[in-house]
Amino acid sequence: MSLTRADVEKVSLLGRLLLSDAELDTMTTQLTRVVGYVEQLGEVNTDGIEPMAHAVEMHNVFRDDALAASLTRDAALANAPKRDSECYRVPAVLGE
Amino acid sequence: MPDHPYDLIVGLETHVQLLTDSKLFCGCSTAFGAPPNTQTCPVCIGLPGSLPVMNREAFRLGLVAAIALNCEIPQFTKWDRKQYYYPDLPKGYQISQYDLPMSQKGWLEISDPKGRFAAKKVGIIRAHLEEDAGKSLHDEAAGKADSRIDLNRTGTPLLEIVSAPDIRSTEETRAYLTELKLLLTYLNVSDCNMQEGSLRVDANVNIHIHTPQGKIATPIVEIKNLNSFRFIERALAYEAKRQFDAWQETGRKMGDPGTFKQTRGWDDAEGVTFSQREKEESSDYRYFPDPDLCPVRTPTAEVQKVRGGLAELPAAIRHRLEKSHGITPYDSDVIVAQGRPLVDYYEEVARIGGDGKKAANWVTQELLRVLNERNWSLAQFPLTAAALGELVKLVVAGEIEITRAKEVFNDMVAHKRSAGESMAALGIAKVDTSELEAICREIVAANPKIVADVKAGKQQAVGALVGQAKKKNPNANPNDVRRICLEIIGGM
Ligand SMILES: [Zn+2]
Repeated sequence: MSLTRADVEKVSLLGRLLLSDAELDTMTTQLTRVVGYVEQLGEVNTDGIEPMAHAVEMHNVFRDDALAASLTRDAALANAPKRDSECYRVPAVLGE
Repeated sequence: MPDHPYDLIVGLETHVQLLTDSKLFCGCSTAFGAPPNTQTCPVCIGLPGSLPVMNREAFRLGLVAAIALNCEIPQFTKWDRKQYYYPDLPKGYQISQYDLPMSQKGWLEISDPKGRFAAKKVGIIRAHLEEDAGKSLHDEAAGKADSRIDLNRTGTPLLEIVSAPDIRSTEETRAYLTELKLLLTYLNVSDCNMQEGSLRVDANVNIHIHTPQGKIATPIVEIKNLNSFRFIERALAYEAKRQFDAWQETGRKMGDPGTFKQTRGWDDAEGVTFSQREKEESSDYRYFPDPDLCPVRTPTAEVQKVRGGLAELPAAIRHRLEKSHGITPYDSDVIVAQGRPLVDYYEEVARIGGDGKKAANWVTQELLRVLNERNWSLAQFPLTAAALGELVKLVVAGEIEITRAKEVFNDMVAHKRSAGESMAALGIAKVDTSELEAICREIVAANPKIVADVKAGKQQAVGALVGQAKKKNPNANPNDVRRICLEIIGGM
């Protein structure tokens, strides 16, 4: 399977990345290589092996419904590029 | 028959917040109304290196709801990442369930005590467990420059319940949502408080138009975030008409090249739906299994255990009340709709009063009237079920007639006393038969005109005598007065 430039354009849009024409070319080449690398796994014979939904053979890992301390507001907002005294601030969401 | 040449086709996606103390994958509180951004932690705001761990109670509540909705519970279920970018979604993906949901293929039966539609089973395609997103707050003062984000709600457990497109009218839509809400509140799965966003609805709508060439389906529209029953009904009615008009204008139908599932919002002030972004194809969410979460296996024995422990469900209670107390579907619906405490209260009144129908009348009319007038919950109502039951018993035994019984009821409520005490306070006693006959004879003698009218065949003229009898003794039973006076006149 090889990625087209259009695939990369679509994925970059979904990822909210604005790529220049030159960057799109670069990413198409590089991502095609990444995908090709992963595709080598297809060469392994998996006949008769049950598909897995998870890499680790564990299931039913639960915690009790108990409260734990939350972050203070200042700690939670500490890394925000923009904030006010209560909230994260982001560029206005269109259509709201 | 409907007055328009099409059928409304509706499927609902209902999100309910589960009644847990802590969030789905972390120990932050789910309490509503806390100051912004005071209930978050590295897990729910997606800081690097944090790991989600599933809340056992959230999974259990999901299981309870799914089983009550007659769903199949697969033995194996897993969680997936649904990727999209939005400012209220800090991780850049929502942990949800894609191809292996925790439940599927169930149904919910709806009916209408007023008979506007036939009872039917609405299919449940799936019910799955996922996390909620945060909230964008609107800051009028700051103008349109910024949105403010509160992440308190991020990671709150939701059950998304997806119905099949089996719903055919706004009445059925309301019935489905009412029944779903009732079911979930009886089970203590969710409080379904719509004001607080604990129950949110997206509606998938289209219409099937009858034409001489057969049925034509319009493209499906998803109306997002309908947060009151009234909005939902108005939005559906509007959207059906809009789709019909659009079809008349353009002739576009489902499956035509260039048609797609459209997403629309509802503007209640304007009374219109409006176009939002195009619905991204599900592949655009690029779902993949969440490597941070382990799958869950639910053995059949576990499912059976939950099923065996289910609380009695609203539909079963209605059925039982109708059978064992002889009340109408309308009355059982009114009683059950008020919640389990009123069901228990009613049954006690019926048991002590000895008459299920009369008990239902007192509970659905007098008691609920008082609760509504005073804005009381049942817990605030001053009369115990036993006290009201005693009053019903007196009415059933004919010890007190209905108008006076209502006075007694009001006095009991006002002074928080027993039926006997209220009757004594109001001077109410059963008039003995000989006294009543004496009164009747006296008023018949004093009203020759009425006697003549009755003799001339106007039996209803005797009604005028009832008032006079009540003036002489307020305890006189109107039915008895009417009967005795007619007997006396008949013998004249
Ligand atoms: Zn948290």
